[in-house]
Amino acid sequence: MKVIIIDDEPLARSIVKDYLLTSNEAELVAECNDGFEGIKAIQQYQPDLIFLDIQMPKINGFEMLELIENPPAVIFTTAFDEFAIKAFELNAVDYLLKPFSKDRFEKAIQKYQHQENTSHVEKVIETAAESPAQQNRVVVKDGNKIKIIPIHQVHYLEAADDYVKIVTNDGSFLKKRTMSFFEKSLETFQFVRVHRSYIVNTQLITRIDAYEKDSHLLLLTTGEKIPVSKSGYTKLKEVLGI
Amino acid sequence: MKSILSDKRLQVFFATWWMLCMAIQFLILKQINIDDKHALLDTLASIILLATGSFFISNNMKYYLPRKEKYWYILIISITVGFLWFLAQRAAMWMILKDGDAYINFIHTTSAIRFGAGFLLLSSMSMFSLMWYGQQEYKEMANRKTETEQLSKEAELFKLRRQFQPHFLFNSLNSISALTSSDPEKARHMIYQLSDFLRGTLKKDEQQWIPLEEEIQYLQLYLEIEKVRFGHRLQTEIIIPGEAMQFKLPALILQPVVENAIKFGLYDTTGDVLIKLQTKVENGNLNISVQNPFDPETAHPAKGTGFGLRSIQRRLFLLFARNDLLKTTIENNIFTTTIVVPQMLQPVDPVATEKERK
Repeated sequence: MKVIIIDDEPLARSIVKDYLLTSNEAELVAECNDGFEGIKAIQQYQPDLIFLDIQMPKINGFEMLELIENPPAVIFTTAFDEFAIKAFELNAVDYLLKPFSKDRFEKAIQKYQHQENTSHVEKVIETAAESPAQQNRVVVKDGNKIKIIPIHQVHYLEAADDYVKIVTNDGSFLKKRTMSFFEKSLETFQFVRVHRSYIVNTQLITRIDAYEKDSHLLLLTTGEKIPVSKSGYTKLKEVLGI
Repeated sequence: MKSILSDKRLQVFFATWWMLCMAIQFLILKQINIDDKHALLDTLASIILLATGSFFISNNMKYYLPRKEKYWYILIISITVGFLWFLAQRAAMWMILKDGDAYINFIHTTSAIRFGAGFLLLSSMSMFSLMWYGQQEYKEMANRKTETEQLSKEAELFKLRRQFQPHFLFNSLNSISALTSSDPEKARHMIYQLSDFLRGTLKKDEQQWIPLEEEIQYLQLYLEIEKVRFGHRLQTEIIIPGEAMQFKLPALILQPVVENAIKFGLYDTTGDVLIKLQTKVENGNLNISVQNPFDPETAHPAKGTGFGLRSIQRRLFLLFARNDLLKTTIENNIFTTTIVVPQMLQPVDPVATEKERK
């Protein structure tokens, strides 16, 4: 069983390392200081299990997971984060609240071994994305680079098969998520799903024109035009208060 | 306060009310065989002037709402305005109809009934306005009250959270847990530091002014703990001229600034980090600046000051009624927060001054 530890505090990593030493099956293949290192190490070593902290520099634990194609099983380690805990309780293999005892740690390992294939990392991410702290930016992969987009720089999102195209000041990016995921997580930033295939940043709307029967067309300050469906128009009116 | 006439529904109501008054007066005059022309002129002059008078009374209440003796106020103002209206109405009719018209005589003989009707209409209108403005004032007061209550609740909650600092506390305990096997001596030391820090947070009264030296000692505890957590990554530099040490500042005002610097400078970056704290004495005031590097890719400190700093700005404003005491600048990915603490005169002990005078 190949294991990677990802945590920005050396002492926090050393505890997990200590606890792992007594296990015969686990083999620690890498220790990482932040999410970027984590992504590289996961691609390189293809671990079976990772121990992952949430609050880390640059990108947090959830954002790191979002960028990995087939995430390995995860045991989260964190000090305190109400929302994260809610996410874990629903879907994670296990989560360890710092500081945790060796007994608790071993239980987590056992849990992993028993239900090896039933981790719902995707769902953990989706639940966690509703946390207010997670929402003010979107993290995307741009080739081999990782890009962090502040929400206010996003113009609109467009459905593109299994992906969602995120159109921003610096061009557009693809992310493997559903429209309803973004619809939900961007709600508080006054983004509205105006169409089955479009979610728009309402701050950028300059004009709403009637188009064909029952449909409208939005003009953004950036010059882009977005179609609005009938139900989308109702939602839009509600948010804009018109 | 908004005006009684800014309400759309009331506008419609008043218009309808005065139209109705006109209709009634016209009908009465017709009933006693007055011809159309005179009846119409009389009605128009009376009601338009009466509406003006009533508007004047209502509008006046927007600026002055009687509190004590408000019913007497209604009575007196209705009599006064009623009398003025009575004169104005007569003058108007006299000017329109010229001398010699028999109708002038008719107006004269109906003086008492005219004044009486005018007085009743005016007093009912002013009573209505008084109640409306009174209710408006009550609504505003209730709104203000809920708002202040909300604010104080939020502040209390925030204070509690900041005292507890769960993230910091649990992570520190985790570090201690790691040290117990590798370096028990250091673990024990960290327990003392953490205890002293927590005690300091609980003990301090935010109303109190303490010497800079004391606040710095408290800050050192905090930084030492963070250094254990993050190892060599965190370096700190504190420059304070000796003369500044005895200057005073409100308790717990500096630590949140440094905490904010750590949050952006240390928690959100990789690599080594230098947090720099400098104080100066400028124009007799204490000038403290805290510098931290930040990652321009992930942090956007330019927008707003962040919750930590906003609450400090608010505190400084409440203490000194000035909004210019906290400033932030950004240069080459270094974020600098500067706060100025005016040195208020130390509270004077009246007994001591009395003795000095003698």
